[in-house]
Amino acid sequence: MNDNHFRQVMNADEIDRTLHRMAYQIWERSARSHLALVGIRSRGATLATRLRPFVESLAHEDIPLGLLDIGLYRDDIGRTSPAPPVRSTDIPFDIEQKDIVLIDDVLYTGRTVRAALNALMDLGRPARVQLLALVDRGGRELPIQADYTGESVKTYENEIVVVRLREEDDEDGVFIEKEVG
Amino acid sequence: MSTWKSRDCLGLRGVSREEIELVLDTARSMKEIQTRTVKKVPTLRGKIVINLFYEPSTRTSTSFELAATRLSADVIDIQTGASSVVKGESVVDTAQTLRVMGADGCVIRHSVSGTPHFLAKYIDIPVINAGDGTNEHPTQALLDMFTIREHKGPLEGLTIVIVGDILHSRVARSNMWGLLTMGAKLRFVGPPTLIPPGVEALGVEVRHKLDGAFEDADVINLLRVQKERMSANFFPDLKEYSRYYGMNGERLKRTKPGSIIMHPGPMNRGVEITTEVAESDQAVILEQVTNGIAVRMALLYLLIGARDANEKKTETTKAGDTPSLF
Repeated sequence: MNDNHFRQVMNADEIDRTLHRMAYQIWERSARSHLALVGIRSRGATLATRLRPFVESLAHEDIPLGLLDIGLYRDDIGRTSPAPPVRSTDIPFDIEQKDIVLIDDVLYTGRTVRAALNALMDLGRPARVQLLALVDRGGRELPIQADYTGESVKTYENEIVVVRLREEDDEDGVFIEKEVG
Repeated sequence: MSTWKSRDCLGLRGVSREEIELVLDTARSMKEIQTRTVKKVPTLRGKIVINLFYEPSTRTSTSFELAATRLSADVIDIQTGASSVVKGESVVDTAQTLRVMGADGCVIRHSVSGTPHFLAKYIDIPVINAGDGTNEHPTQALLDMFTIREHKGPLEGLTIVIVGDILHSRVARSNMWGLLTMGAKLRFVGPPTLIPPGVEALGVEVRHKLDGAFEDADVINLLRVQKERMSANFFPDLKEYSRYYGMNGERLKRTKPGSIIMHPGPMNRGVEITTEVAESDQAVILEQVTNGIAVRMALLYLLIGARDANEKKTETTKAGDTPSLF
């Protein structure tokens, strides 16, 4: 934590414990076969990559992992300047009939998840899609809810939830920050 | 975060390394879409792209059309032989008419160098140059660079040889601006009559004999002899051209291991390239075609998918402002 505007919601240990807990939940509630994890780039993909070995240790088998970029499915293209960066989608398995857990770091308006669902459906027809979010901050604009939530936090519109992961940010932590400008 | 700085894509002259990297990186994501069962994303849904081709073209116009439709844009394809152009309508009038019908971007090919630049001043939507006279063909150069990067990695330090009719080649010109910006070593090879004077000053090595000029190359890009653009005799005959500048099986054996052979198409088989070379394992000519769609998708996304794409340009049309030439 390096700024006075931050309020810490989760630290590194809490993120780790939360992922462990959610791995158990997934394993209990999933179909136990055809299970696959898909992380939404970028931090959802990092969380999915971290979650995978936890689930595999429970399943005693390999769990397919895919990374999904939703840049081309956003509903604000043409409203933002410049055009949002597009990264690659890498789903190295057939999603037909899979029991997919879609993973993101923060669930807010629901628009990212809508875009992710559209992107997934263009790749095939999964048997079921469940949603996992490390943090649910409320403020939904679309009727979308998470099946697995790490932490629910109450936030004001002028606040942002910042998830930092050591793979990208050199530290683990979830913070609430006042939006600047 | 890198951005494409101009509203338009008129050429690669003056385009930065970061902008080129942005297009190539975005194209990599676009290429993945082409491997899916459903080769379409909703990105430009509701947008309209005009394909305005004043010169015959099959592969470029089709490539742009496919690129736009894979991003879910609608395409108005204007081939001038079947449009009001034959009644004398100017480029600007045609484009402005289509603009007020709701177009969001314009792709233009024209035999007169500078036409896309001219058009870009008069319409307030992104203009993409699909080849203007002997000036530039930026999307071809970008797809060439994308293909090279896929095979050879970063472009910096690679030795790239472009062979043939450099003088009339907009492909060579765009490749020159782009490849020099990216730090590649560029060598033009061709008869003295087909090399534009002064390119050495820009950092291009010039040679007039193919033998001895391609053996150390990572990439050999063979250009089509553009007979239709030649108003004078630039070399004695095609047979002699083929003997001195054509890539054949014997020369192929002397290429650097791992090097690739490129051609922007359409090929004159037996002139600048033999069938043996065109169909060899080193040839990436068909990959260039596939990559062309990805690169054009990337550009359409970066230009039309930006918020200010529909904002007015500072320089707008004034009555009587259009030169009579157009």
